[in-house]
Amino acid sequence: MSVSRTRRPRSTAPGALTLRPPISVGVSIPKLEAYDKVTGRARYLDDLVVPGVLHGRTVRSTVARGIIRRVTLDPAFDWTGVVVADHKDIPGENVVALIVGDQPLLAATEIRHAEEPILLVAHEDPERAEAARLAVSVEVEPLDAVLTVEEGLARKAVIHGDDNIMKEILIERGDVERGLAESDLVVEATYRTGHQEQLYIENNAMLAERTREGGISVRGSLQCPYYVHRALATMLGLPPEKVRVIQTVTGGGFGGKEEYPSMIGGHAALLAWKSGRPVKIVYDRLEDIAATTKRHPCVARVRTGVMRDGTLMAFDVDIVMDGGAYVTLSPVVLSRGAIHAGGAYRWPHARIHARAVATNTPPNGAFRGFGAPQTLFATECHMDMLAERLGMDPLAFRLQNAVREGDVTPTGQTLRESVGAVLVLERTARLADWTRRRQRYDRENAAAEKAERAGRVARGGRRRRRGIGLSLALHGAGFTGSGEVKLASLAALELSPKGRPRVLSANTEIGQGTITVFSQLVGEALGVPAAFVEVLAPDTDAVPDSGPTVASRTTMVVGGLLERCAIGMRERLELFAERPIAGAADFQRVAKRFLRERGPLRVERRYEKPPGIAWDDDRYRGDAYGVFAYAACAIEVEVDLDTGETSVLNVATAHDIGRAIHPVLAAGQVEGGTVQGLGYALLEEVRWKDGRVWNHQLTNYIIPTAVDAPPIQVEFVDNPYSHGPRGAKGVGELPMDLPAPAVVAAIAHATGLRMDEVPVLPERLLKALRQRADA
Amino acid sequence: MSPRATLSLTVNGKRRRVSVPPMKRLLDVLREECSLTGTKEGCGEGECGACTVLIDGRTVNSCLVPAVQAAGATILTVEGLARGARLTALQEAFVGMGGSQCGICTPGILLAAHELLRRKRGRVPSDPEVREALAGNLCRCTGYQRIVDAVQAAARPGPRGVKRPAAMARHRPSARAREHR
Repeated sequence: MSVSRTRRPRSTAPGALTLRPPISVGVSIPKLEAYDKVTGRARYLDDLVVPGVLHGRTVRSTVARGIIRRVTLDPAFDWTGVVVADHKDIPGENVVALIVGDQPLLAATEIRHAEEPILLVAHEDPERAEAARLAVSVEVEPLDAVLTVEEGLARKAVIHGDDNIMKEILIERGDVERGLAESDLVVEATYRTGHQEQLYIENNAMLAERTREGGISVRGSLQCPYYVHRALATMLGLPPEKVRVIQTVTGGGFGGKEEYPSMIGGHAALLAWKSGRPVKIVYDRLEDIAATTKRHPCVARVRTGVMRDGTLMAFDVDIVMDGGAYVTLSPVVLSRGAIHAGGAYRWPHARIHARAVATNTPPNGAFRGFGAPQTLFATECHMDMLAERLGMDPLAFRLQNAVREGDVTPTGQTLRESVGAVLVLERTARLADWTRRRQRYDRENAAAEKAERAGRVARGGRRRRRGIGLSLALHGAGFTGSGEVKLASLAALELSPKGRPRVLSANTEIGQGTITVFSQLVGEALGVPAAFVEVLAPDTDAVPDSGPTVASRTTMVVGGLLERCAIGMRERLELFAERPIAGAADFQRVAKRFLRERGPLRVERRYEKPPGIAWDDDRYRGDAYGVFAYAACAIEVEVDLDTGETSVLNVATAHDIGRAIHPVLAAGQVEGGTVQGLGYALLEEVRWKDGRVWNHQLTNYIIPTAVDAPPIQVEFVDNPYSHGPRGAKGVGELPMDLPAPAVVAAIAHATGLRMDEVPVLPERLLKALRQRADA
Repeated sequence: MSPRATLSLTVNGKRRRVSVPPMKRLLDVLREECSLTGTKEGCGEGECGACTVLIDGRTVNSCLVPAVQAAGATILTVEGLARGARLTALQEAFVGMGGSQCGICTPGILLAAHELLRRKRGRVPSDPEVREALAGNLCRCTGYQRIVDAVQAAARPGPRGVKRPAAMARHRPSARAREHR
């Protein structure tokens, strides 16, 4: 069995001066971050006590589109001690700096979405602050709002550019029309996915303070310190060195704390700037769900051509994503969605057309998977339907067409190494006992139907069916295209005064185990235990910009930089000592002597593109990612035909993430992503009324509980990537791509009904069952 | 100013007297008056369980409990689990087996699990029993599998303060998953 925990990777560190057994990589050491979390010592933003702090509140628009006519502070209200700030108080640019500077920090005249921030208030007493918020009235002249992508495409109103299109992408390979013409079977269908809320359990929260040097310091719950840093410098008009951003312990992100912290951090900073007092803004759940970013809804029309023997010929997809009111990250979300749309299959001919459309709804943003779960949902559902039309087993059909080494993707990328699509399919099938399960459910479902027709009541009086479904996905780790080259991430390793290695990076621990994995990679290269390595909390005054904690890039890209730093540090120290270093005590002896005799030691490494990688931004062609990770997932469900409820019985999933640095943490990513994906498939629906979220509570936005979550079997296949640290590829997002299409396939197996939209709520399934019964 | 009530309660074995508005949430009393910030707020409406504490040995959502209702009661929060630097078997299992990721739900989950293990009096709870006991505590990171595994591992006899290497390295299916097959 090649599960990575059973096979320790050989030491492959280039430049290592001595051969030695690995110390911790590939071994699941106790999670270093967890000690403070199980004892209650970990301090999240809201746990910080700051003398003299004011509590900030945000006055927001209640309409989706309009012009601000008047803002009135209730004269009957006692405004003593209340700090009020609006767009006129912003010393720099009124913009949340990101890709395009179209989003204001506070609306000045134009309202483009409900919940858009207009004015800020703050007071020492949080209850007075809330009362002050309610004492502000905003008069808005409403304008015709675009609330859906259909309205946006039809130009019900023009709200972005001249056609409401934020970004358009076309990827072509071969000749799709010819491929379709030559196919035995052409199948077309449309698939829909809605918004999804990240629902980290710690809401967005930031704290801002003016510094004695005339700058600003902001602490908070965030994924990307340097994103916030840039946004603060822009809005306050400060030089970068006067802006400091520090990450506090962060209670989950999933992309939801990628770009939004720049907004809430900017608000806290503005109030602090104006009042001279520290200001804390902590959202409650209602505000967090109503106002912050969500997963982009998507409509994908898929048309495919296939031969009778199961050979795929042509793939043609039209993708429309709802970007919301401002551009934020939509172009890159769309890009990842488009590039992943073809799935892990060989398409001789492919055409991928994708558009992000503006609507007057709160901007959609980063969420684990970043566009790929939406497009892969469409493609995987379609593949399952194709298998059925061809009378083929879904596993065999996928195995026949899955990418192998040397195959070429729609962007023209040749998959050179670590291509695990077939491997994960085979392993998942074995783990799930695919063939026998499928046959057994076929038998049982047929028997149940026969019995019901004969009028025999099933046990418990309930009509139930079971099914098993499969999905396959790939996910590119790191920024898309030339993104990593443009980021040019820099990471560093220094000697602490105690003579220990200390990691300096801007990459954040948000639950995934960044500190542990960085410690393992550095410890391994230095020949010391992981616990001996220090990791500095991200603070822009102290750490270089190693890029954002997004895109499944932390271990593969930044971990790789740190491993190279560690190799460099070891060389320096061993040259200094004129002998190999053996173990932590020896390291510390040599390091302390180095600090005494030579002074500080800091080793930096900057991102370098792996050789042979090329991407053309203009033509959208080339190597979209250095490498892809692959995974397959088999899900068993039971459907109650009378209630429409679907329960998930079991999940089996095999992942090719290169090599797992910490198998328990990696499996934790897979399991967590899987259950988040099951929520997407079956439970989570954001409901809207006039452009506002109607179910902005945990009472009515439902995520899976421990009882809803099934047992999950995870296996990693060993398939190292030559440019990843110790062979690692990314893992964070991949598991999110799989559950929704596998659940839909399992429901189809159980009931014969193919749903084309998630979540498959009981009401939706029941309606489909009834329609079939009537037909 | 709202009227205040003076209450005494025992928190983590320590007697405390607090003077607070009677309807102040127990969650805020613990976090503000007692400076015990280990108890978290996730939703403020009793749905997520991040604020779970034990009152007289039973789990409550402290965001739904007014201070007056806790008068005279014995309260256990996450800060009261470990004995000094020595973690309980439950805490150790969470550290070693990946039961805690971002950690914001961890205090509440530990207390719900603590209550379950006390109720089971040394017997290992089944997979469904653990899931049922934790159904009021939302976790968005782990998918619950490792939490369930950690709670069961903590109930198994083993020398205290000693890591459980077999359990720590495993990423195989839980007992229930195997039975299901």
